[in-house]
Amino acid sequence: MGDLPPDPEPPPQLTSSRRNSQVSERRRSREHSRPQPTAPEEVQQIPLDAQILRGSQEMVSNQINRGWSQGASLTPNENFIFQAEEAQRGGIEYPSLNTGFPSEVQAQTYLSEGRLQASHNASLILQQLQQDEGNLFQQLESAYQEPRADLLGQYTRYHREDLQFSQDTQHGPYLRDDPALQFSPSELGFMPFSMEVTEPEPRELAVQNAKAYLLQTSVDCNLSLYEHLVNLLTKILNQRPEDPLFLLESLNRTTQWEWFHPKLDTLRDDPEMQTTYEMAERQKALFGQSGGSEGEQEMEEEAAGTAVPNIMEKAFYLEQAGVGLSSDESFRIFMALKQLVGQQPIHTCRFWGKILGLSRSYLVAEVEFREDEEEVEEMMEGGEVMEAHGEEESDEGDEGEEKATDVIPKPTWKPPPVIPKEESRNGANKYLYFVCNEPGQPWVRLPHVTPIQIVQARKIKKFFTGFLDTPVISYPPFPGNEANYLRAQIARISAATHISPLGFYQFSEEEGDEEEEGGARHDSYEENPDFEGIPVLELVDSMANWVHHTQHILPQGRCTWVNPLQKTEEEELGEEEEKADEGIDEAGQEVGPPLLTPLSEDAEIMHMSPWTARLSCSLSPQYSVAVVRSNLWPGAYAYASGKKFENIYIGWGHKYSPENFNPSLPAPVQQEYPSGPEIVEMSDPTVEEEQALAAAEEEEEEEEEEEEEEDEGQDD
Amino acid sequence: MDEESLLLSLELASGSGQGLSPDRRASLLTSLMLVKRDYRFDRVLFWGRILGLVADYYIAQGLSEDQLAPRKTLYRWRRGPGWLRPQGDTEEPGASEGQEGLGATLNCMEWSLLPPATEEMEMQTSVVKGRFMGDPSHAYEHTELQKVNEGEKVFEEEVVVQIKEETRLVSIIDQIDKAVAVIPRGALFKTPFGPIRVNRTFEGLSLSEAKKLSSYFHFREPVELKNKTLLEKADLDPSLDFMDSLEHDIPKGSWSIQMERGNTLVVLRSLLWPGLTFYHAPRTKNYGYIYVGTGEKNIDLPFML
Repeated sequence: MGDLPPDPEPPPQLTSSRRNSQVSERRRSREHSRPQPTAPEEVQQIPLDAQILRGSQEMVSNQINRGWSQGASLTPNENFIFQAEEAQRGGIEYPSLNTGFPSEVQAQTYLSEGRLQASHNASLILQQLQQDEGNLFQQLESAYQEPRADLLGQYTRYHREDLQFSQDTQHGPYLRDDPALQFSPSELGFMPFSMEVTEPEPRELAVQNAKAYLLQTSVDCNLSLYEHLVNLLTKILNQRPEDPLFLLESLNRTTQWEWFHPKLDTLRDDPEMQTTYEMAERQKALFGQSGGSEGEQEMEEEAAGTAVPNIMEKAFYLEQAGVGLSSDESFRIFMALKQLVGQQPIHTCRFWGKILGLSRSYLVAEVEFREDEEEVEEMMEGGEVMEAHGEEESDEGDEGEEKATDVIPKPTWKPPPVIPKEESRNGANKYLYFVCNEPGQPWVRLPHVTPIQIVQARKIKKFFTGFLDTPVISYPPFPGNEANYLRAQIARISAATHISPLGFYQFSEEEGDEEEEGGARHDSYEENPDFEGIPVLELVDSMANWVHHTQHILPQGRCTWVNPLQKTEEEELGEEEEKADEGIDEAGQEVGPPLLTPLSEDAEIMHMSPWTARLSCSLSPQYSVAVVRSNLWPGAYAYASGKKFENIYIGWGHKYSPENFNPSLPAPVQQEYPSGPEIVEMSDPTVEEEQALAAAEEEEEEEEEEEEEEDEGQDD
Repeated sequence: MDEESLLLSLELASGSGQGLSPDRRASLLTSLMLVKRDYRFDRVLFWGRILGLVADYYIAQGLSEDQLAPRKTLYRWRRGPGWLRPQGDTEEPGASEGQEGLGATLNCMEWSLLPPATEEMEMQTSVVKGRFMGDPSHAYEHTELQKVNEGEKVFEEEVVVQIKEETRLVSIIDQIDKAVAVIPRGALFKTPFGPIRVNRTFEGLSLSEAKKLSSYFHFREPVELKNKTLLEKADLDPSLDFMDSLEHDIPKGSWSIQMERGNTLVVLRSLLWPGLTFYHAPRTKNYGYIYVGTGEKNIDLPFML
């Protein structure tokens, strides 16, 4: 009877091994019978001693491998690598697998507690692994590369490894029953079956407990540490980064993130990208217009084609100069301008530039309407302004009439006369400007600029927000909102920085011009058909080869001076006063540099030339472009090459000032009404006077009462 | 911007209007590659361009393995037309770590090392105003009243102090770096041993994160981090949040954050140092900053907001 106890050990092992093999056969019908017979042989050879741990390690991992083979054929690899990695970490974490103290399994204590046995085992396994690491990994790699196709071969190799181990180190008998099967995830569809569970070795029990711990999931999530590690190692093996140890932490984080953000939803659009897709749709519409039908539209396109400038060519030259937007952005702008030309009756059109703002930026197009098109909207806007003024005056008149008894003295302050804005197509309002925030969005027209807006714009310095209706809060108060401020800045920049090579424009010949004061006071210019271009080197050398072709804006805010006093026809002026006014006129008449003044006449900023000229490429001067950059308005560039030239502005829209910006001081306190015979400020009654008055009134009341009583008495 | 992705970066940063011409781009690519080899830098950044009146400076910075270690700054300039060749030239660039020598060359392909910025330099150059000239040997003259002791008398004498433009350049670059160099959150991470490394698994900010200023950090040693309350610190991830964010910059509103290119690119522009552009394409690894400007601080900022 004594034989019985030892006997059941080997036979159950055998039977269990066979059962195991049967189970394996059930799972993978592809498995050959070849590996099976070899298994029992190995089992016998393994001695039961400390080395069994190694064996059990391998065996358990094999069992795990088989158990999980269908689910993730890489698990065997991972297991080994997992162990190997652990080993590489100095074996500190090895005890985690070996600590088989079920009651004391604690998460954090793996690293700290020294369990001699465990560490001893760990070192043994370490050695073992390190010896065979090379083989292992080779085989693992080859196994890995054919994951699905060669399941069988994989396991063949594993058995070979087992053989190796067994031959080299005489492992103890492997336990063939597979308690790990109990942990198999239900997804794999394994049928849990009962088997004879022999008394497991304490080491193996430790391993199983460790594995059970790893597989536990918390209440918060369904993911167990084991699964996470499986995912992580899968990812590493898939991507094969260099130096994976170095990247382990970040990969860990990524894997965790991916688990919680699975990309499952193929039907619903990503809500974040919604606006991006909308913008893309809008821009796609831009490109759609170019594919118009042929025939009639061709003629129209040709006519429109002349209005839209060759943006791409200009962008090319500007790129040579190191300025400008990227080429695809330029093309989109080109398409957007084409769209604009199609929508509005435009004669000429030009891309003026880009003004950066806080939330959005503005793309500005400078256009000129066809001559017969009158801007009806402009008239309406002007009318509104006039009406507003009229209402204010009538209000004051009404107030004056109502209070006839106590006339409030009219204030002597008169608002400064409103300087009329320039007519369309003249001076600062020569061109119309359209803005949009991005190509594809609708173009919005900016209103004409009034002189007072330019004057005020000179005094303030504000960033643009990107929304046209934002109020401009500043002191002195700006008459208008951001659209007006933008227009005013555009006008200032155009007047200051639009330049062209000398000779490109010439004055249209008119008679009698030479007799005017101050030289040629032309308002218009035209292209010179005989212009032959100035060599680039000369353009760079001397600023006299460039001229302004926009009119300078006078301090008044206009390009042509207007005497504000003449407009007030309502005032009755005597002859003397008229003469005096004329005298003032002559003194106050503002003069600016005439049109087509060369740049060399520009005023310096603190001993600094306001323009900087450069060759675009010094290495190939014969093909380069002359680039001029403004120091007064940073962001304004002009290039010229041969007969072509162009101006552009890309910047924040502010002038450069070497000193700090000083806001205007508030106006002095207004004078009160001067005391005179008509207006006398009464002094408040003193207390005695009030009391005397009160007493007098009381007496009157008493007298009245007495009289009433007497009357009543008499009636009776 | 990283020299490796220079072309793409220039495309993305072109929204501010300033870029590089094709010939400059080509020469930059080549020369930065050589700089990386010669100085044994881990990464070379093209920092930007400072526009001078006569010539421009092109600035590059080299980083070692630890991203937050003091960077070496190199510059290159070209003399404008009509300049005489300055004398006195190529000193050997300082080879010792952390110390930098100074050199000036005329050849456009060569870079010269700039000395590290000191506080003295900053004080000196704070009195210089105006644009850069474009010549590194140009000297600004600044008259100061200094007290001179002669025997028992103490009187003030006007002393003309000469400040070289290189010094000014160094100091301005340093100020700009400290003030407005930007990096997105997650692009660098701190290893437990100390050095800061590039995060190779940084996949870009998401769109919602990209529109917030708190997802961007100053690319410098943290200054305000220790002032945070414990509650705030509890939410931070110590491996990623080890630098100051842009959220609490003074004055508030000194950053303009916009989406460009049809909402596929986030652009941050500094209003304090106009010319600094930071771009990032959300959900991709592309990010970078470049400074193209006159090198002057916008002191009027509070009036302009």
